[in-house]
Amino acid sequence: MTHIAKPRIHHPGLARNRLGLTRRDYEGPMSTLCAGCGHDSITAAIIEAFWELEIAPHQVAKMSGIGCSGKTPTYFLKEAHGFNGVHGRMPAVTTGAHAANHELVCIGVSGDGDSLSIGLGQFAHAMRRNIDMLYIIENNGVYGLTKGQFSASADYGTKAKRGEVNREHPIDPVLLALNLGASFVARSFSGDKAQLVPIIKGGLRHQGFAMVDIISPCVTFNDHRGSTKSYEYTRDHYNELVQADFVPPAQEITASYEAGDVRTVTMHDGSRMRFRKVPEDYDPQDRDQVYAYIRDRQRAGEIATGLLYLEEVPPDGEGTHFHGIQGTVDEPLVNYPFEELCPGAEALEELQRRFR
Amino acid sequence: MGGGGGRGGEPVAICRLKRVASDLRDDIRPFLPDIPEEKNGKRIACVGAGAASLTVANDLMPLGYEVTIFEKLAAPGGLMWTNIPEFRLPAKVLWEEIEYITDMGVDLRLNSPVDSLAALLEEDYDAVFIGSGAPKGKELNLPGRWDSEQVHIGIDWLESVRFGHVESCGDRVLVIGVGNTAMDCCRTAQRLGASDVKVMARKTKPHFKASPWELEDAIEEQVEILENHSPSKFIVEDGQVKGMVFDLVSWHEGEGGRLKAEVHDSKVIECDEVILAIGQDTAFPWIERDIGIDFNNWDMPIVDKTTFMTSRTGVFMGGDAAWGPENIIWAVEHGHQAAISIHAYCHGESLTDRPAEGMNLVSQKMGLHEWTYSNDYDEAERVKMRHVDLQERFKRLDIEVEEGFDIEQSLTEVERCLNCDAQTHFETDLCIECDACIDICPLDCLTITHNGPEEELTGRLTAPLLNPEEPLFISEDLPQTGRIMVKDEDLCIHCGLCAERCPTAAWDMRKSDLLIPYAGLDAGEVHPGMSIMDLAGAGAR
Repeated sequence: MTHIAKPRIHHPGLARNRLGLTRRDYEGPMSTLCAGCGHDSITAAIIEAFWELEIAPHQVAKMSGIGCSGKTPTYFLKEAHGFNGVHGRMPAVTTGAHAANHELVCIGVSGDGDSLSIGLGQFAHAMRRNIDMLYIIENNGVYGLTKGQFSASADYGTKAKRGEVNREHPIDPVLLALNLGASFVARSFSGDKAQLVPIIKGGLRHQGFAMVDIISPCVTFNDHRGSTKSYEYTRDHYNELVQADFVPPAQEITASYEAGDVRTVTMHDGSRMRFRKVPEDYDPQDRDQVYAYIRDRQRAGEIATGLLYLEEVPPDGEGTHFHGIQGTVDEPLVNYPFEELCPGAEALEELQRRFR
Repeated sequence: MGGGGGRGGEPVAICRLKRVASDLRDDIRPFLPDIPEEKNGKRIACVGAGAASLTVANDLMPLGYEVTIFEKLAAPGGLMWTNIPEFRLPAKVLWEEIEYITDMGVDLRLNSPVDSLAALLEEDYDAVFIGSGAPKGKELNLPGRWDSEQVHIGIDWLESVRFGHVESCGDRVLVIGVGNTAMDCCRTAQRLGASDVKVMARKTKPHFKASPWELEDAIEEQVEILENHSPSKFIVEDGQVKGMVFDLVSWHEGEGGRLKAEVHDSKVIECDEVILAIGQDTAFPWIERDIGIDFNNWDMPIVDKTTFMTSRTGVFMGGDAAWGPENIIWAVEHGHQAAISIHAYCHGESLTDRPAEGMNLVSQKMGLHEWTYSNDYDEAERVKMRHVDLQERFKRLDIEVEEGFDIEQSLTEVERCLNCDAQTHFETDLCIECDACIDICPLDCLTITHNGPEEELTGRLTAPLLNPEEPLFISEDLPQTGRIMVKDEDLCIHCGLCAERCPTAAWDMRKSDLLIPYAGLDAGEVHPGMSIMDLAGAGAR
């Protein structure tokens, strides 16, 4: 916890975006997580991404569950809407928020405990429904808030701080997301903002469920020798498999790459993900191939990172995301007067009569 | 000093904050050094009881010396007493601080001018310190100068006012010269009843010798300052000053870059009294020229700038007496240095082997999330000193104009401090490159990046370099990735958040203290019972 304040002063040349806001305007209060926590770096990357995308903070819903990750939305976008739900239930609450107002940009921040243990069912169904949200898993392999027990993402054979060895196999959120139909799947590392910021931007602009699993070392309980989620281990086994840039709709792609090296995927709102570096036998839009490739890299002891999978946009424009599937009206439900949304007992009677 | 993005603005008002501490202090006497009952058998004579001599006594008394101070006036303090008006430096403050020194057992002999150094040297002193100041105001020998009694030398006139010999002055007063003495003269004249006070300057404002804050105070009191007026003669009728004639000049750069005056016109300015404040000289009619003390072509004694000894061994000199007028802070420093020399001299040690200044660097972490200093830098402008109301302050000579900062002003002013003494200290080996410091820095002054040539590297900083003059801090290769930590010191406000958020204490905030040696003490050593006597604190007010 930190008691000393962050001075208000900033660099005199700090840039403003088109909303007239500086990056500092997207901050929240000082973090009370342990000093050096990977989650704080992710917070910094989220701040950077929202600022660069020029999203007004009051148009954002930031959601979380329980755990160290559950605390982090406090530390960014202090003027955004927020909901800190019960353990593992963030996806359900976000589904509700998004159902009521699809104009809000939804970001959910969860952890390996919150998403892969108690909330696994919620996590799975949010992907299945393709809720339009950015879902971040701050993945450190331990339950930090309860003193460092292994979580469901702890690798087989990894050692706890006091030397116990984990004998259970992990749940890999990336493989799970590929399995369950997530339309945007990425893995990154809190210590690599150059990779992380474009992924978060892409995830925010992606229409549908964007899952980003971020290795985020726990400096207090899981940054020792024998851990597979430490800063050092992650750096030693890091493989930036895919390099992708986010290009906003109006911006021209100026850098020239040799043909074949670059593949540009246009998203629903006209923004593009530009894949600069992918292995030759790798297609980030082929779900099966990506699945197999990641498994392969895992067996080789590598942590494959980058924007690993991005679903093709269906040519007819018919949404595969939540509102498209449900066929809801364009106008956000929240804008309708209560009487229209809930027409009363008589209307219910009438409706029930039709089914008799 | 860099820091805070090279932003301008005035520095922290250190002297005003020292005053706050002084105004709110308790009894400090228990903290003063103990004076040994048993003396060391060495006797020192000091000539003049001003800032320099008092400092010599302050430093030598705790070491067992017997110090005698000879003062020609009826009170100690020298120029601090005779020349700095009470509305700037209250007598109460001055007496109290001087008494801390004289109460150490100094043999203070008032009304005791030294008329002959030769005679003093005959007496049984182990060393003599001359701190007799620069007591002779400069003359302005223009026609009419000696025809009236209403033409005064500034420092003599201020002294006469101090001792009550002068209690009023004419309605219209001209002060010639624009240094700090001139500022004291014009403001004193207003308090003695003058309603039209003009300060006459030969040059333009950038060349004024007075400190900016003293100029400001005089202007606030509606003193008129006229530039480019060069005095040419006094107009005196029947022994009464009627005015002065001035050449109106402009200045051009002449040969060798020296400014040359060009006279355009002349102008009469009427007045009832003239005060000359155009500088001071030393005066040594009492030093015989055949006792081994060498004088230079300008009749100034030759004093060694390191040892403060004259060409006669055992005779030391400091303060304004040594090299002409400087401020009180310098006189105090001269006193400290002379005391070091006198101590060495009396013990047969080398005067040139001087104790070194020291520096230490101590972590400021007190505990979890606790640091010894406040980090909440406030970008506010310097707090404005409150002054006594314009009407009110002219009622008496001894109404102190500056009221001092109140608590709220003090709290604002201290937070303007960039804490430059709290250095960010980086241990490369401890860094795990978690980015916590980069993320938290409010000024974006830190970068972790790959090494490269400096010019190219500066393009990869987190925030643009604002001051290319200030070198970047660059670490060794970091252990995990071989990248480097770069710090742009120019931007840093020493808030310590990098150290606060660092999980491995690779960053630490360390206070650097300049340790100054005193007579008989190495750098950093303190007297048993710390001396907090600091005349500069009073003099700077």
